[in-house]
Amino acid sequence: MTDLTKEIRYLPTHEWGRIDEDGVLTVGISDQAQGLLGDIVFIELPEIGSYIDAEEESAIVESVKAASDIYAPLSGEVIEINEKLLDEPETVNTSPLQEGWFYKIRITSTEGFESLMTEEEYQIFCEEE
Amino acid sequence: MHFKHWSLNKKTPLFEKHIDAKAKMVDFHGWSMPINYGSQILEHEEVRKGCGIFDVSHMTILDFKGPDVKHFIRTLIANDVDKLKEDCEGLYSAMLNEGAGVIDDLIAYKMEFGYRLVVNCATREENLKWISSKSSGFNVKIKEREDLSMIAVQGPKSLKILKDLGFHSVSSLESKKRGQGVYKDDVMAVKTGYTGEKGFEVILPNGQSQLFWDSALKIGASPIGLAARDTLRLEAGMNLYGFEMNESISPLECNMARTVSWLDEERNFIGKGALSKILRENKYHELVGILLNERTILRQGQKLYLDEEKKLEGVVTSGTYSPTLKKPIALARLPRENTKICFAESRGKLIQAKIGSPKFINEGKEVFKERR
Repeated sequence: MTDLTKEIRYLPTHEWGRIDEDGVLTVGISDQAQGLLGDIVFIELPEIGSYIDAEEESAIVESVKAASDIYAPLSGEVIEINEKLLDEPETVNTSPLQEGWFYKIRITSTEGFESLMTEEEYQIFCEEE
Repeated sequence: MHFKHWSLNKKTPLFEKHIDAKAKMVDFHGWSMPINYGSQILEHEEVRKGCGIFDVSHMTILDFKGPDVKHFIRTLIANDVDKLKEDCEGLYSAMLNEGAGVIDDLIAYKMEFGYRLVVNCATREENLKWISSKSSGFNVKIKEREDLSMIAVQGPKSLKILKDLGFHSVSSLESKKRGQGVYKDDVMAVKTGYTGEKGFEVILPNGQSQLFWDSALKIGASPIGLAARDTLRLEAGMNLYGFEMNESISPLECNMARTVSWLDEERNFIGKGALSKILRENKYHELVGILLNERTILRQGQKLYLDEEKKLEGVVTSGTYSPTLKKPIALARLPRENTKICFAESRGKLIQAKIGSPKFINEGKEVFKERR
């Protein structure tokens, strides 16, 4: 099995997922997404302990321009949320891939993760979109 | 680089300057305009605390002259240019259709040669058609001034910027009242704006706008995009065509009742009869300000209810996040019931909002008056 640790993958809806440690997926939005949204002013995060289904919206990000639902690349239980974003949502604008992460979920399987878009594939996807 | 999505659009003489300043350019009613130069919130704050400059050259400038010019303008718009006493003095007005719906909002200036109207670019075609059709029978000449640019200089430090620029007649400009201005060699500056701050709008020949822009930036002004222009005008409670008003909304319903002049009973402005009827029937809605203590923004078109049973409803005309109050604000058209709160549906829940005056910020300070 391929080691997916530290690998980042993207969804067509512009979220990213990264397996920062074994069995834990960190979720955020891409640099392109924050650029399209513009200044972010409110973020709603899921509750710790809740179960997130990859098919359903898990968080909301609202900019001056528009509100947008956030989807997770995989399903799992929320084990940590980035509370800093509640008071400083602009962190997502300044550091979407690092300090601006949304939440972490415990995943039981990495099935489907590898087939999501890699950084390079996502860049091509954005150019074509 | 991908220029294809806006390469067909019209460009103002400051287009290259926006690109140099790394502006994000968007299509705005056929014009390629800067939406922001990085962060619209930082730009907003710059105008509230310092001085911002806006390229508003996309706006349409129309000059009117001829023997019948005053009579024509007094017929064309709902406010009365007879109030204007000196050259370069302007007033805010609606231009109505026969049904008293707002075709456009504009500023009308008295000029040495006649009158100048500054109208919206979004409504340019309709305006030109309407004005030209209404001018038949009047001896007037109408000229669109595409040779002129327009730059708004706004914020508490705006006068200092004009002084440091060595702008002509700046000392006489300083003593003018809001709405008045100065004019020399086709360069006009008026104390007016769309931000709720002290400031000026400068109209100048296209060939001079780049130098003005560069010089203002060099001495500390910041470039401001259309996104911050929108949050600034919303905090100031100023209308935007297509949002607070359109051809089926009367001035009574968009906080423009005071811009309609009834002083001269003999004056027959277009829409007067229909407007009198709406007043008599007394069923029109009103424009209010909405302040929300929730972490969500109300958006244009969203329904508002005066009661939890949702019997009486109104609509959000513009909604945004107020960078000054750090809260969501909105302008809304509601039935005139003088209620203190209203309700909106947000993510399946009914949330409460405060109703008050349609004005939130003036010269950097909160002026929103909640109903009590």
